[in-house]
Amino acid sequence: MGHGRSREHRPWLVAAAGAGMLLLAGCGATAEQSSSSSAATTSAASSATAATTAGVSASSSDAGGEVTIADSWVKATVGTTDPSMTAAFGVLTNHTDQDLTIVSATNDVTDRTELHEMAMVDGAMVMRPIAGGIPIPANGTTTLEPGGLHVMIMDATTPIAPGDDVHVTLTLSDGSTVLFHATAKEFAGANESYNGGASGAMDTSTTGMDMGSSTSADHEHSSGEATHSDG
Amino acid sequence: MGDLSPSDHRTTSAQTSPIDSGRTLAQPRYSRRSLLFASAAAAVGGAAAVAVGGGIAVAGRQISTAATTTGDIEQDEADSVGTATVPFYGTHQAGVSTPAQAQVALCAFDLRHGIDGIALGKLLRIVTDDIARITSGRPALGDTAPELAATPARLTVTVGFGPALFDKIGRPDARPSGFADLPAFPEIDRLEDRYGPADLLLQICADDPVTVAHTQRMLLKDTRAFASTRWAQRGFLRARGSGPVGSTPRNVMGQVDGTVNPADQSEFDQLVWHPGPGWFTGGTMMVLRRIRMDVNSWDALDRSAMETTVGRRLSNGAPLTGSDEHDEPDLRATDATGLLAIADFAHLRLARGEGPAPQILRRPYNYDDSPGADGDSDLGQLFCCYQASIASQFVPMQRRLAAGDLLNQWITPIGSAVFAIPPGCEPGGYIGEGLLG
Repeated sequence: MGHGRSREHRPWLVAAAGAGMLLLAGCGATAEQSSSSSAATTSAASSATAATTAGVSASSSDAGGEVTIADSWVKATVGTTDPSMTAAFGVLTNHTDQDLTIVSATNDVTDRTELHEMAMVDGAMVMRPIAGGIPIPANGTTTLEPGGLHVMIMDATTPIAPGDDVHVTLTLSDGSTVLFHATAKEFAGANESYNGGASGAMDTSTTGMDMGSSTSADHEHSSGEATHSDG
Repeated sequence: MGDLSPSDHRTTSAQTSPIDSGRTLAQPRYSRRSLLFASAAAAVGGAAAVAVGGGIAVAGRQISTAATTTGDIEQDEADSVGTATVPFYGTHQAGVSTPAQAQVALCAFDLRHGIDGIALGKLLRIVTDDIARITSGRPALGDTAPELAATPARLTVTVGFGPALFDKIGRPDARPSGFADLPAFPEIDRLEDRYGPADLLLQICADDPVTVAHTQRMLLKDTRAFASTRWAQRGFLRARGSGPVGSTPRNVMGQVDGTVNPADQSEFDQLVWHPGPGWFTGGTMMVLRRIRMDVNSWDALDRSAMETTVGRRLSNGAPLTGSDEHDEPDLRATDATGLLAIADFAHLRLARGEGPAPQILRRPYNYDDSPGADGDSDLGQLFCCYQASIASQFVPMQRRLAAGDLLNQWITPIGSAVFAIPPGCEPGGYIGEGLLG
């Protein structure tokens, strides 16, 4: 083990600044959709994201080396039980001396992105929005993985096929962003039931994989920080 | 550990030049052998010293030391076999010049309908990422059994393209010159469609069969959305550690098989790697022939008849005119009765032909499938060879053998496929990028 570990540990790592601008320049429509999607997700977070997107070169270049992601990938939706939703995974590393939190996320394929945790609700493991966002400890790592913390991509209307790239932008508690792309892979797991309520919220009704019944209230809960400040 | 890690040494040297390891196939046999034995002896001494001194940091090691000194050595050997790696990135793909690992799985696929060059590029990016990770002992992304990836055991995965792939992606112009399906050899071929040509090859080699199985499963999962599996063929050599590293293997008929291979770097480069120009520069062409051995009738021969058929001694693979495996055969020498010592029909003579030897890189594996109810073994060889040009190197040799090799009475090609092995890639790139990028 460990041979060449450091050498290509971050094959798909994208420095937020440069790649962000590339994305904006190369895929204008996509980027536009992405920022409008954040507006649909949560009004509070969307303004923060929009501001970050607008000032991408300033805020992101600072963040470029502060939080990085390696081993990013996303579960392909083709042939899955519910192709409207999937998740992105990876290993986040916080290179700073201060604790940081992912407070919201957007993606360039769907209009809705949530930050999820797994939790035991009424005797069953379910995934649900994580209150307060996903923490990344100072000088530590946080692993997003099937069965654990993950970035939930929801309301997909077009299939995500193996080999497709999904671009994800994470907004951190210090206002910086981390942009990465995750290549879709066929994966049999990560079929957890969805529980619309954020952790600590009153609503614990489990909706399974069917997102049709989710309410706009669920959307409000999707961004941890927004939920906190609003709730 | 240091004394006991020939594998580590090889990995290091291979990192500077992936080709370099190929030389160990043919070069310093005796020096390597004595080196191995010397280092084993040194290790015995080292382990003994440790045992006397006692008190080692690692608990597990202490247990094995406490058991017996010999047990400790075996544990160290096992560690080095399992953790040894072969670099993936480089000018050429690994798994060609790499000294043959003990196990192989050859998996062939046909592109699914509608898979074009863009989709193939997506597949190859995924596969490249998988290979880069697994060969270094790390799990592929989405691996549900990541513990199995922690034992790379010199794993290499080599990607190949079949002739029809170039048409399917609309790039017939990019098919390398000298690369095409083999002509028919009606004198010998009894080809079965189930082992026939395919669009895509993944050659998985490692010194551990579980590593091969896990790697194959992971790659099948990541390939199946793009391509259907055409066939998978398993092969093996002696286990790592059963003989000196780099020694010529024996086939399941008992013959030392694969002696004549490139002896030095320049010969290897010239015979194996495509000189270019173009996207295929640094690639090679692979021929895979599944050759069934009729061991029942072979068993009916006495040993001298077996040796006459091949032109080599069974004991050590030496040509009948020499005493050592790598002695140059004297093709004009006659025996006491005035007959050619190496017969007109001998496999050695016909494989060599009039030209210089060697002409190809041989990297054969054995196979042994389920025997029939009557007790007849179903075994033979996965003859894998690599050359810069199939048309000018392999085909003339195969024509001579098809026409006259006495060995043909006991061996039958039942599968045949050729693959263009693209050059290697660097971090950030992917296998096949020169064709698809």
